[in-house]
Amino acid sequence: MADLRNNFVGIRSPNPFWLASAPPTDKAYNVIRAFEAGWGGVVWKTLGLDPHVVNVSSRYGAVQWNGQRIAGLNNIELITDRPLQVNLAEIRQVKRDWPDRAMIVSLMVPCDEESWKYILPMVEDTGCDAVELNFGCPHGMSERGMGSAVGQVPEYVEQVARWVKQHSRLPCIVKLTPNITDIRHSARAAFRGGADAVSLINTINSIVSVDLDLMAPTPTVDGKGTHGGYCGPAVKPIALNMVAEIARDAETRNLPISAIGGIGTWRDAAEFMALGAGNVQVCTAAMHYGFRIVDDMIAGLSNWMDEKGYRTLEDFRGRAVPNVTDWKFLNLKYDIKALIDQDKCIKCGLCHIACEDTAHQAITREKDGKRHFEVVNGECVGCNLCMHVCPVDSCISMVRVDEGGYANWTTHPNNPAAVKEPA
Amino acid sequence: MSRKDLADIASGRLSAQQLAQNFDDVSPPLDRQSALIAAQRCYYCYDAPCIQACPTGIDIPSFIRRITTDNLRGAAQDILGANVLGGMCARVCPTEILCEGSCVRNTGESQPVEIGALQRYATDWVFDTNVTLFDRAPATGKRVAIVGAGPAGLSCAHTLARLGHDVTLFDAKPKPGGLNEYGIAEYKVLEFAAREIEWLLSIGGIAWQGGQALGENLHLSSLCNDYDAVFLGLGLAGVNALGIDGENLAGVRNAVDFIADLRQCDDFSQMPVGRRVVVIGGGNTAIDAAVQSRKLGAESVTLVYRRGSASMSATWAEQEFAKTQGVNVIEWAQPRRILGSAGAVEAIEFEYTQLDADGRLLGSGDVLRLAADTVLKAIGQVLLAPRADGDASALLEVDKGRIVVNAEFETSVRGVWAGGDCVGGKVDLTVQAVEDGKQAARSMHARLGNGGQGNG
Ligand SMILES: Cc1cc2nc3c(=O)[nH]c(=O)nc-3n(C[C@H](O)[C@H](O)[C@H](O)COP(=O)(O)OP(=O)(O)OC[C@H]3O[C@@H](n4cnc5c(N)ncnc54)[C@H](O)[C@@H]3O)c2cc1C
Ligand SMILES: Cc1cc2nc3c(=O)[nH]c(=O)nc-3n(C[C@H](O)[C@H](O)[C@H](O)COP(=O)(O)O)c2cc1C
Ligand code: SF4
Ligand code: SF4
Ligand code: SF4
Repeated sequence: MADLRNNFVGIRSPNPFWLASAPPTDKAYNVIRAFEAGWGGVVWKTLGLDPHVVNVSSRYGAVQWNGQRIAGLNNIELITDRPLQVNLAEIRQVKRDWPDRAMIVSLMVPCDEESWKYILPMVEDTGCDAVELNFGCPHGMSERGMGSAVGQVPEYVEQVARWVKQHSRLPCIVKLTPNITDIRHSARAAFRGGADAVSLINTINSIVSVDLDLMAPTPTVDGKGTHGGYCGPAVKPIALNMVAEIARDAETRNLPISAIGGIGTWRDAAEFMALGAGNVQVCTAAMHYGFRIVDDMIAGLSNWMDEKGYRTLEDFRGRAVPNVTDWKFLNLKYDIKALIDQDKCIKCGLCHIACEDTAHQAITREKDGKRHFEVVNGECVGCNLCMHVCPVDSCISMVRVDEGGYANWTTHPNNPAAVKEPA
Repeated sequence: MSRKDLADIASGRLSAQQLAQNFDDVSPPLDRQSALIAAQRCYYCYDAPCIQACPTGIDIPSFIRRITTDNLRGAAQDILGANVLGGMCARVCPTEILCEGSCVRNTGESQPVEIGALQRYATDWVFDTNVTLFDRAPATGKRVAIVGAGPAGLSCAHTLARLGHDVTLFDAKPKPGGLNEYGIAEYKVLEFAAREIEWLLSIGGIAWQGGQALGENLHLSSLCNDYDAVFLGLGLAGVNALGIDGENLAGVRNAVDFIADLRQCDDFSQMPVGRRVVVIGGGNTAIDAAVQSRKLGAESVTLVYRRGSASMSATWAEQEFAKTQGVNVIEWAQPRRILGSAGAVEAIEFEYTQLDADGRLLGSGDVLRLAADTVLKAIGQVLLAPRADGDASALLEVDKGRIVVNAEFETSVRGVWAGGDCVGGKVDLTVQAVEDGKQAARSMHARLGNGGQGNG
């Protein structure tokens, strides 16, 4: 049996599945239920200074796609709306009762040294394992100069990380906002400030839909809406790329990453960890289905690791990072063609029309007066579009046809900046 | 036939509640959630095989996609634009041999997209909200007579009215609809037929004239004189006789008459039905008569067909349905004589059959006798060609019991078109009749538009 135990910057948990700072980790009641269900750790819902914030009614919007009720979720909630001392007392008690689980406290206070100096000792006193700095929340709090308003300025990120390391002995995880142009700048800033790790992504600024009767964005609060934070399955690809960018950056390649964004299954988790993440955090999937999903995440990851012969998480962590490269290094000699398995083909014509209208006119639609779909190898460029639109599993496969060799753009004659030798 | 004479034929066999349940919608409508789930199963095929398999060529992937975007008006326009009785067809089409039968999702999954149910979902919206979907083109001043207000006639009338022509719709019956009103099984259509026709006629330009029987109080030659064109959608108004002894005994009926009575009956507890019913035939009519006899409370219903089930014109799905309703099916037996006493049927004798080496049906000599108080004959409907009334009708060419038409649905009489069951080009189905009526209307329009007249 695979060993799922996780050691993330010295924080130990029985598995790499943590709940992200959000409603699922809002109070002792939820967190105890999560631990009972088997979650390895939690990042407690973000704490702030008293007086605590207030929330509005009508807080979530969802993108439904093709029968999926929540392909993406958007929220306009703020940080915890409970008094600081109540949260701290609960954190202390839960950590005492569940010593083997990771207890991370998320924090968001004004961007001045005094505030951090004030809150950190109280947090440390709960016995928690680490703090996570919420520099990500893109709505509400950012209007008050916190959350993503800090996360979007690398100098602030660095400064606050430094304060936190000065005034606390706890490991410090900086949670990054994706609402920037290049995630590497924020990650490098956290690294320079002395952060022990980064976690990402927080939610993406969004309007999920417009109510065409009310003529207002959703969720609608008495006729008005505001931009909110987007998360759930739809954001996973964005998070994967950002994690990969940090994992392969010269400056931050050794900076531990706790991956977040659209994770709901063991496979999602394995993908993030293959791209270098030390563990993962989950929010929307738990909000959609409840805490019990961790069950399959544990069993699924373990079974997959057994199948692949990975004993510990470290055995596969980061294995995909060396294979993430720049476009210019991709092998231009590599050539594949689509191949339709005629026994599996149900003759829906989707591959034909996709290739005909929007790709390379490489799939015929008729043979001897009958519906028949076949690839014309001479026209096929190997784009994979038909394979993706085909509704039948493994009906279209991509077959390698080149004769080997390697050449890339850096030396290509069409490249005005080509060098003489392959890079 | 008084109840005293025929004690075994009685009404009120079941409680009102049971009857209501038995005749309730056989496939209830989808709600929005289930419609969306069903619609999302459609792959939106290119040049979709389901469209080819629909006699009216409804753009099925398009209307289903419109359902998924909550564009129900658009979905209904797709459907009713191609098939103005798309609401009825959604209920009565044997989809297993039409659109759904050729859905690509049968391959691999044996579970087609529920096209019929989705079609009903989209069209129900029209009748529930009573919207107008189609406008009429500017008046052309042309007048067209349509005889027969079944699916073929109605479809022809609506198509012509949309194109700006003025239509008079004649029928021998007091109500329009043809078999939609008098034939289709109750549990498939409930109150729908009349509602649909009301909506169809609301386009305007169609004058309804009931009680007008061609060959009796209506004559083809005068119609040809009085109108710019004529369309005949006469259906098959006659029935085949068995031609055996005892056919005139009380309790022996045409299945279509039994069904028509049922469809016109407001209170099923007043509808008489036998205790032991034998139905002869293997088509829609036989199945529907058998099933509805059971639903009225007949103790035993036996459907007897002279060949094997594969030769029945009722589809496999309909045969299965009949069995689930408790209909006993006997194959390979043909009726020989009907026995009775005191003028009423008591039993019917069949002879078993088999095919000889040349595929001819032969009696085997073995006899099967079934006790019966009711025998329903459903061995086929036939054309009742209008009685010759001078020039025009005399010229109407009929071959093998159907009116002869060309590819444009023109009959041998100049200015007279025909379609639906009375021409019987393809299959005798509602949807085919609708298509015939539509194509004939287009042909008439083309002819009328060319300055000329249908009637030269
Ligand atoms: C019992 C039964 C069940 C059926 N079930 C189904 C089913 O489930 N699904 C399906 O697709 N099809 C079914 N069919 C077949 C379908 O009903 C017919 O194919 C369809 O109705 C044919 O339409 P039509 O317009 O050609 O003729 P009809 O519907 O028969 O209409 C013909 C009209 O012409 C009128 N008429 C006839 N002669 C004259 C005259 N001389 N003068 C004036 N008017 C005249 C009649 O009164 C009638 O109103 C069924 C048929 C029967 C008999
Ligand atoms: C309702 C809601 C409230 C959230 N509140 C916080 C918060 O207080 N602090 C924080 O750091 N992130 C917060 N998040 C962001 C999540 O922790 C997480 O980063 C994001 O949802 C992406 O992960 P997911 O795709 O698994 O949901 C919140 C998310 C949601 C949906
Ligand atoms: S891989 Fe691309 S180019 Fe080739 S057949 Fe498929 S869609 Fe067309
Ligand atoms: S998309 Fe797939 S199933 Fe459909 S026609 Fe093409 S190969 Fe066949
Ligand atoms: S064949 Fe089936 S899946 Fe394809 S368009 Fe028609 S209904 Fe949809």
